[in-house]
This record gives sequence, structure tokens and C-alpha cells, in this order.
Amino acid sequence: MTTREAFAQARAQGRAALIPYVMAGYPSRGADLELVKQVLPYADLLEVGLPYSDPLGDGPVIQRASEQALQQGIRVADVAAFVQEIRALTDKPLFLMTYLNPVLAVGPERFFSMFKEAGVNGLILPDLPPDEDPGLVALAQGVGLETTFLLAPTSTEARIRTVAPYCTGFVYAVSVTGVTGARDRLPEGLPELVGRIRRVTQAPVAIGFGISNRTTAQQAAQAADGAVVASALIRAHEEGRGLAEVLREVRAGLEGAAGPVH
Amino acid sequence: MQLPSYPLPDARGRYGDFGGRYVPETLIPALEELTEAYLHYKQDPRFLAEYAYYLREYVGRPSPLYFAENLTRHLGGAKIYLKREDLNHTGAHKINNTLGQALLCKRMGKKRVIAETGAGQHGVSVATVAALMGLECVVYQGAEDVRRQALNVFRMKLLGAEVRPVESGTKTLKDATNEAIRDWVTNVRDSFYIIGSVVGPHPYPMMARDFQSVVGEEIKAQLLEKEGRESPDAVIACVGGGSNAIGVFAPFAYQEHRPRLIGVEAAGHGAASGLHALSIGAGRKGVLHGAMMYLLYDDDGQIRPAHSVSAGLDYPGVGPEHSYYAEAGLAEYVGITDEEALEGFRLLCRLEGIIPALESAHAIAYAAKLAPEMEPEQVIVINLSGRGDKDVVEVMRIMEGGAA
Repeated sequence: MTTREAFAQARAQGRAALIPYVMAGYPSRGADLELVKQVLPYADLLEVGLPYSDPLGDGPVIQRASEQALQQGIRVADVAAFVQEIRALTDKPLFLMTYLNPVLAVGPERFFSMFKEAGVNGLILPDLPPDEDPGLVALAQGVGLETTFLLAPTSTEARIRTVAPYCTGFVYAVSVTGVTGARDRLPEGLPELVGRIRRVTQAPVAIGFGISNRTTAQQAAQAADGAVVASALIRAHEEGRGLAEVLREVRAGLEGAAGPVH
Repeated sequence: MQLPSYPLPDARGRYGDFGGRYVPETLIPALEELTEAYLHYKQDPRFLAEYAYYLREYVGRPSPLYFAENLTRHLGGAKIYLKREDLNHTGAHKINNTLGQALLCKRMGKKRVIAETGAGQHGVSVATVAALMGLECVVYQGAEDVRRQALNVFRMKLLGAEVRPVESGTKTLKDATNEAIRDWVTNVRDSFYIIGSVVGPHPYPMMARDFQSVVGEEIKAQLLEKEGRESPDAVIACVGGGSNAIGVFAPFAYQEHRPRLIGVEAAGHGAASGLHALSIGAGRKGVLHGAMMYLLYDDDGQIRPAHSVSAGLDYPGVGPEHSYYAEAGLAEYVGITDEEALEGFRLLCRLEGIIPALESAHAIAYAAKLAPEMEPEQVIVINLSGRGDKDVVEVMRIMEGGAA
């Protein structure tokens, strides 16, 4: 299934797409796949995290999870194997989320090919504004990966015009001025930000950062085509709650609040 | 006074491949705004006059260029001068940069400053200028460093700053920097991030360099007076992130007849041990804290913790301009081990009656190797970047075998 098909299918069912996040190696090697199995029934697309030592765009929950995963000794090659295992379970689009340095360390061409072959559809690198290295973005697209970049409430019109054309997967609209982490409510300016993005691109827009419950999911769905749920899932696991509980609530918020189809 | 204009970085904040802005998109507009404000105010006579006023009246500039006669005689080679940044208010070169950035912060109408600190020297320096300028100040420091540097933590609190211990990762400078950047991402509209070295996204490496260049410019004028020439034969400075070194390198690096510019990295327990901070000596190109630079990381790109007896050099990366100098051959970078640095520390205490910072002791130790190989009419300038009061407890612990 392609990324566009996944968004369109959710829309056809009258809801915004749900994009859960799982991290390779969290809570441990092997048990990570158990979490995948819990989230897959609710997922339209899936975001897969490759843990990094210095995740400066992430809040405390994902930081802790990254440390825990790295302490298990997880390597880049293990993450590719993990993606293969997920791919054997589903044909839903998979987006790999990590930071730039692991890509540079492995070698961009080798890194991109490795994950393309493992079954990833696209790539999210939160510390790479695409115009910093258009050659690198072209390389990823050249091996057949979609690329997704972030836009934020602070983004100017000029930044939106610069970044949006690089988003061949979807646009990742950051809901809050801040780092990742669950919030009770999202800021009011969300529809305005998404509106500014839609004036520039036809690509689907997903909201990320802060989505944790029915209210935040509703806010995301009223503005955009999809919602990423990350920290709230890891926190649920830390607290010994089922991931399904969070996902059912978020899904309820995403239903019946459909914005325009793209 | 004027702030210098150097050929690099280019308009995109690059020094060759190095530098740039590898940060979450949320920060890009703030970095654009900061660049524009800095380039405006660096031409503004009133801003420059105010900066010059505080450098003179508050920091105590110019710092002396002191002829270290005893050290010169002892080593038996080139004449050695010490640029006495240790005599600045707060005891190190750091304040040249924090003062400039705090003045810029005020001009930009921001009321809150954020900083990261390792051992606490930069934190104290930021807390100092924040007190002076009436700014709210939050300093992030690794929990491990908070424990080890209780005195500096108390200094920052005395100066009115809030110190937030960072519990993530290695609980040291690298993680404190991550946390400061996270705070900035969250509070970017009303806060100013004062980075302590020539690292971070553009325009930080450029701004910190320009503010530190006052050190090298003073050396030129002072050397002209003392030796009848502006350029020494060699300039030696320690390099962690690299701000004191860039301050004495940049004014010479782009001229036609360059002195030897020698950056001394911390070799810790030695290159082979893996316990070192040799970002240039043993690192590779990578991205951390918003810039491409030489960096210590494993085969998967995970950042490796640095090690040095000196907390100020204990950083796994090195500023983009140094990375460029190393690649382009404009400067040379060497390593000095913990043990050699302690020997340099003792040497300066005994011969000159100056207790240097352990960071600066690395530069002394390398000069002790180099000077005897040079001619008596040749001149070495060492940037004595800070004083050693902060280090005496640690040195006592090492010398007396853990007694402290």
C-alpha cells in the first residue's frame, strides 16, 4: 500500500489516519515486535524509530526509551532486521524516524538502500532541514524512499515554501513549539498552520507531537489528514497499561472529524 | 572598536563542508532572525561602543601579554608569551563571548537567557552577565557535573541563576547541551540561547569567534609593541569546543604569512585507550548540536563520550571552523595526555607563580615540547585561557592519590 493510498483509505472511512510510533529495541529486543503487533490493528501507517544517543528533538519519554534500547546493544543492522519482521506482518506504509548522524556514519547511500530493501517506504530526519543538504534528500529519493520533513508553528511562509516541496511522503506538522511528548491539549493555532501548508502542497499533512487522548486527536483530525502518536504509547507501556487503550481513545477522536480530502 | 570580518563562513554558515544548521525546523526562523540581528548590530556604533565599554571597565581588557621569562629560560628555546585571559573577570576567556551575546539578547528584546555548562565556567560567566543585564537565567548542567562542581553550582545560584540538573545520557556537557536546545525549541519566542563555545548551528560559531577575536587582535598590537612585529612564530591554544583557540587563530589564519597555529586537544589516557577528547585527532565528520564537525562516534553514529582530566575539554566534538582549519591545513592539531597536562600545570605554578586552568595546562605542556626545538629569536604565544582556582581540588585529589 502506498502512503497516499493509506491516507485516502482512512479518509474514505471518515477519519484521519492514525500513525503510531514504535522504537526498535524498546522495551527490549524481541519485545519490540510484540508492541508492533499491539499497534498494527489501529495503524494506517507506522513510524519506526531507530534509537539515537542524542535525540535533541525529543522529550524525556522518547529519550528514556532510546537509552533503554541502546543499552540492549541494538545496532543499525538490527533495526533493518526489525523492519523486515514488521514488513512480513503488514503491507502498511512504514516510515523510519532517526537523526542524521547514524545515516552519515553508515554512509547515506548504504543506509538508504539497506532500509529500502528492508521494506521502509519513507524517512523522517528531524535534525535535517532539507535545504541543508538537498543532495542527501535526492539520494534518499533516488533509491525509492519517500521523504518527510517537519514544519512548525514558528515556520514562516518562506520556510513552508522551501520545505514542503521536499515532502514526497507527507508533511509532518509539529503541533507545538517544543519537543515530543504527550500533552492534554494542543495549541489553538493548528488549523492556521495546516492551512498555510496546504496552500503550498498537495501532500497529506499529519500532526505530530503531543497527541495523547481523544481531545488532542480531535484537534489534529479537525486540522489535518493524520496524527502521529508516540510518547503517549511509550508512556502507556512504562505504566503497564495496554497500548490498545490509548489507541482506541485516539482513534475515536480521529473519527468523524474529517477535513478536506487530499 | 570593530568586530572583525573574515572570509568564512559563507552565507549558509558553512566553513567548507562544516557548520550549517542541523536543527529541528522549529528553530530555523529563530536562527535566521538571530543572524540578521547580529549582522546588523555588529555594524552599529552604539552596540560596539557598549561592548567595548564593558570589555574595558567590567572584564578588565586588554589582558596583559606577559613575557614568561622563567619558563623561557627553563625550556631553552623560543621566547614564550602568555596571553593572560586568566586575569579576566570570572577568570577565563568565556566572558568575551557571553558579554557580547547578552548585549545582543537585550537589543533583541529577549528577557530570558538559557545556557549549557560542563564544569560550570560558562554557566558562571552567563549567570554573571545575566545579573549585570537584569536577565532571567537558566543553566543546564549534567547531574554528574552538578555533583562534582558544587562550588560553581553555588556561584551560579548566588548570581541569581537557576541551575537545572540533567539526568539523561552521560549526565555531562553533551546532554546539558541537548537539554538547553530542547528548552530553546520550547521557549524560542522569548528566550535567547547563549552557547558557550564555537559550536552549534550558524550563526553561533561565527558570533562566538567574532567576540573572542578581541584576544588575537590584542596580541597583534601588544606584540608589535614588545617585539616589533604583529605575528609570532607559533600560537598555541587548547581546544575543546574551541572558543579560546579560535579567538587567537582566526585573526592570523586568513592572512598571507601565517604563524604556526597549534590547537591542543585532550588526549586523556592516550589515543589508543579510547578515553580521550581527540575530535580532530581520532574523530570523523558528523553532526551534533546543529553543526557538521569532527566528532567522536561509533560505527552506527552513536556519539561516544569524551574523556579528559579537564572538564572544559571533555566534549566529543570540535567547532566547524577548527574542523575546516584542520582539513585545509590552516592550523595543526595535536594531543596532550592528562598526565602531560598535569606536568604543564605544575611547571607554570613553580616557574611563573601562575596556577593555570587544567584546560590551558594542555597548551603549556605542548609549548614545553615545542619551545626547545625553536630558535631563541622566535616567539611563541600561548593563550592562557583560564585560571586554575577551579581545578585545585581535583589536582589535589590526583596528586595525593584520592585524598580529597
